[in-house]
Amino acid sequence: MPHPSASMNIFSVAGSAMAAQSQRMNVTASNLANAESVAGPDGKPYRAKQVVFEVAASGQQDIGGVKVAGVIEDPSPLKMVFDPRSPHADAKGYVAMPNVNVVEEMTNMISASRSYQANVEVLNTAKTLMVKTLSIGQ
Amino acid sequence: MIDKLDAALRFNREALNLRAQRQEVLAANIAHADTPNYKARDFDFASRLTQAVEHGRASQPVQMAATSSRHIQADAPPSMPERDLLYRVPSQSSIDGNTVEMDAERINFADNALRYEANLTVVSAKIKSLLSAAQ
Repeated sequence: MPHPSASMNIFSVAGSAMAAQSQRMNVTASNLANAESVAGPDGKPYRAKQVVFEVAASGQQDIGGVKVAGVIEDPSPLKMVFDPRSPHADAKGYVAMPNVNVVEEMTNMISASRSYQANVEVLNTAKTLMVKTLSIGQ
Repeated sequence: MIDKLDAALRFNREALNLRAQRQEVLAANIAHADTPNYKARDFDFASRLTQAVEHGRASQPVQMAATSSRHIQADAPPSMPERDLLYRVPSQSSIDGNTVEMDAERINFADNALRYEANLTVVSAKIKSLLSAAQ
């Protein structure tokens, strides 16, 4: 019979991947929502953020779930828009706008949602197999 | 008697165990589809099953209990490494060093799930026939 903790490991691996992908979706949503935010709470323009995935260490060798190692800020330069009437304009009349790339964020969102779906499917399959395993000999 | 019952179910037990292990490895591959530098893993099912059936499953290395310092220590190495996972060779390389190919992994996962189910059916049938023989 399969080792119980080994079968349960699928649930934690797929679950951690789902959590990581949903965090990625969250960050994408934040980026898209703030694509036009001139100033954040600190008075500076919003910078696009990205999550970094990593293999989480587990007791077993080689196999582990997904861990979000951190959320990094996009270091690319801010978009400078000429708008002398804006209260946020600098001496030359330019306003610093967020460096969010909307096209990139959309593809990121699709990728995250597909990966999330794949992990849901893995979870469902693992669950079905576990239920069938429990009915051995009946 | 018990020995024979064990022998009757042993092959299927080992196969089921390996299928569950492989399912876990494939699930990890799918989970890490977006992790940079993750290398997709798998193992050769046929050779692992042969090993498990012929030499038994690897467990803790067997050690003798020594009650005196003059006893000779003899510890047998495990017959098979717990997990000798191989790396998949990707057919297309990606920029971030990740070698998970989602389509291949999902096909493998579905295939493995189906074979696991088939194995379960065989085990159930075997248990039923053993039970009817015992009645």
